[in-house]
Amino acid sequence: MTTTSIQLDRQGRLLHFLTTEGLSRRHLTEILDTAESLRGVAERRVKKLPTLHGKTVVNLFFEASTRTRTTFELAAKRLSADVLNLNIATSSAVKGESLLDTLRNIEAMQCDMFVVRHEQSGAAEFIARHVKPHIAVLNAGDGRHAHPTQAMLDVFTIRRHKPDFPSLRVAIVGDILHSRVARSLIHALSILGAGEIRVIAPCTLLPAQVESLGVQVFHLPEQGLRDVDVIVMLRLQRERMEGALLPSEQEFFQRYGLTEDRLALAKPDALVMHPGPINRGVEIDSRVADGARSVILEQVTNGIAVRMAIMSITLGNHARPDGEIA
Amino acid sequence: MHILIQGGRVIDPAHQFDAVTDVFVAVGRIAGLGQRPAGFKAERVIDASGHIVCPGLIDLCARLREPGLEHKATIASETRAAAAGGITTLVCPPDTDPVIDEPAVVELIRRRAKAAGHARVLTLGALTHRLRGERLAEMAALKEAGCVGVGDGGRPITNTRVLRRALEYAATFDLTVFLTPLDPELSHGLAHEGQVSTRLGLPGILAAAETGIIARDLELIRDIGVRVHFGRLSCARSVELVARAQAEGLPVSADAAIHHLHLTENDLLGFDSECHVRPPLRSQRDRDALRAGVSNGTLGALCSDHQPHESDAKCGPLGDTEPGISGLDTLLGLSLRLARDHGWPLMTLIERLSWGPARILGLPSGHLGVGAPADLCIFDPDASWRLAASHLRSRGQNSPFIGWELQGRVTHTLFDGELVYAYEA
Amino acid sequence: MGDTELLIDAMAGQLRDLLTERSIADPVLVGIHTGGVWIAERLRQRLGITAPLGQLDVSFYRDDFSRVGVNPHIRPSELPFDIEGRHLVLVDDVLNTGRTVRAALNELFDYGRPASVLLAVLVDRGGRQLPIEANVVGTRMNPPDNQNVQLNGPDPLQLTFQTSS
Repeated sequence: MTTTSIQLDRQGRLLHFLTTEGLSRRHLTEILDTAESLRGVAERRVKKLPTLHGKTVVNLFFEASTRTRTTFELAAKRLSADVLNLNIATSSAVKGESLLDTLRNIEAMQCDMFVVRHEQSGAAEFIARHVKPHIAVLNAGDGRHAHPTQAMLDVFTIRRHKPDFPSLRVAIVGDILHSRVARSLIHALSILGAGEIRVIAPCTLLPAQVESLGVQVFHLPEQGLRDVDVIVMLRLQRERMEGALLPSEQEFFQRYGLTEDRLALAKPDALVMHPGPINRGVEIDSRVADGARSVILEQVTNGIAVRMAIMSITLGNHARPDGEIA
Repeated sequence: MHILIQGGRVIDPAHQFDAVTDVFVAVGRIAGLGQRPAGFKAERVIDASGHIVCPGLIDLCARLREPGLEHKATIASETRAAAAGGITTLVCPPDTDPVIDEPAVVELIRRRAKAAGHARVLTLGALTHRLRGERLAEMAALKEAGCVGVGDGGRPITNTRVLRRALEYAATFDLTVFLTPLDPELSHGLAHEGQVSTRLGLPGILAAAETGIIARDLELIRDIGVRVHFGRLSCARSVELVARAQAEGLPVSADAAIHHLHLTENDLLGFDSECHVRPPLRSQRDRDALRAGVSNGTLGALCSDHQPHESDAKCGPLGDTEPGISGLDTLLGLSLRLARDHGWPLMTLIERLSWGPARILGLPSGHLGVGAPADLCIFDPDASWRLAASHLRSRGQNSPFIGWELQGRVTHTLFDGELVYAYEA
Repeated sequence: MGDTELLIDAMAGQLRDLLTERSIADPVLVGIHTGGVWIAERLRQRLGITAPLGQLDVSFYRDDFSRVGVNPHIRPSELPFDIEGRHLVLVDDVLNTGRTVRAALNELFDYGRPASVLLAVLVDRGGRQLPIEANVVGTRMNPPDNQNVQLNGPDPLQLTFQTSS
């Protein structure tokens, strides 16, 4: 059984949201359309919908992340759900309960949804395989494997500006090797029929046989950014210098950083995106991050609507009497 | 006890013997083949008609977890499982706790195995003290205590100066050195570096982590002239390197774990921790090359690479689980399935599981000549059955082969002339 | 069929009288997706109302979310005006249990506080499960429970009846 198959019920409806890989265009479009409906909630007087009233959403973060956890929390609250935040240390020094024991303990508290972030690839799937059938699992990032809600808010943002996916050239720049955002986004763009997906990175930051994911590989932005419609800059982590993957942040910015000159290689109306948090002067020049082409802040706003949509859909599917779940 | 094994198809690769005949066992030895020896009175008769009678299997690498990791398994539990799988000799690598770097540990293992009485347990001594890769272990003492060879126990020596000296010292005492071909610096990963690791976001282990080390070690062997056995090859290129070295006449042998001949990196899709092994499952091309290597004899032995684990060790996201498969129960069944699916002669297969390992270890067993130790496996080659968790006799239930169809069923196992296992339906 | 348009004419007449009665000069029409929106558009034309039309999709307010989940054909709610202090006319095609109207009212009040809300429906088929009544009704009928009354559109508008087994 693959990750894709365990996130769908027998009727092919989403029970969990673990990865964008293997989903149909219909699945993704349903999420995007629902998110579109939910976008307006933030502008109303009462920024809440009663949809998940009485449901409890647990943020199970084995890897610390205040910002991602906050957006999930906000999304759940805007749907009137109750939220429980659990930050579980995973350093070997503090290794306590097994993951399974932690799960069982939380299940005993009658929750409806787990939002999981973990440093190991496959963790969200492991949890989905072991939870009680009525619980929905949302992957908030598992190791290098997937960050599907981020991918959905990225394509949602793109769709709001450039809805014709087959005509789009999208470039993803930076540490592809370690990036779950990149992997999920590549799958989502493929499913939506994106014209061309490019990855731009030095050899050290490209995974083995990355072309097999359906992307074109470029080692230099001067070639890879030509005529693209969307540029997604990935965050560079300090540890990459220690692992002998890169010599310095300076050199990375020199050769790969998104400056105004490099932006000019793309189409004049190209979108500039970044999953955040941005490292100014490392991946991206401040003037570009704050410039007219940047939709980085819009991504954050959209993130809440997209997560609200995914929560509604998955929990809604768990409720159906004609599905597998009671 | 005088035992007569009647009417079985006797396959003895050492003598290239394959015929239906009787086997006479007395006083722990093969007393006769075909003709009843003088003074032989059968106290027990085993009807082996329609079955195959072959030398008891010799498993070049089985971790029994004792001493040190008794919560996973014990010598008694695992040798019992071995007997049920037709395995009469197991070789225990030195990475126990304490490490097999002193005679006392050798003696402890020998005594425990003898007390359990299910199978022969041979030990490999450590190359270096505590397997730390710094100081040499007392290899002469270990040989005298009974070690059949020395090895790195899965912890390769990274300091090449120490490695060279360890190989030279082992050569002094005519010890075969069992090496793990792995570059630790290129092996900080969970899966074969390739398409699957990229899709799953798992850190990868390059093929060069293995092939590079083999190439380097072969050069050392060329200069030193020590007998080396490479354990658990996983790459196509590794097989090529070993074949070329053998053609040149270098004293090199190698084996593969049976699971590497069945599974590939694709079996990791879904993050199945039962397929988390080291070396990792590699591409189909690699698997096919390993099969060819076993078939043509470049790989002189097939082993189980038995690594039983308690369930917690395998229950979690893949990166949090321990590598290894519990393989004793499935070694013969998976091997026969391979032979059946690829048309390998039984003689060849049985050689890789008995005579081949015996020659690598320099053992007097592994064959059915008159006077040989009476270690025999009798099995029904036509039985085909589905593996269920309840069939696993090892303490370790960690096998990805549960649900698989296996070929052949052991009906009787004789160890040292005693019946240590008989199948009950 | 022209019948539906005649019913809407009747509705427009009732609504015009009611607005005059209550001295409501500047009402806003809000249609409930999808049928209510079609009817609201026509009412707006007939009454010459200049204020833009509001549209509501009540999926997220339904009380049966636990049973039916999210509607895959969802459309965003759009109220292109400030609700505060306005007189609203909520328009739907078929009034049955009253639950859809309950959900619509809850949603409207999350946008703001209207001065008043009138309810106009094309068909009142009875079967109320909540204390809700329409102020303007195109036609009343009492079909059996297993008969589904639906408005097809957008052009021409036509009421259809389907019996489910």
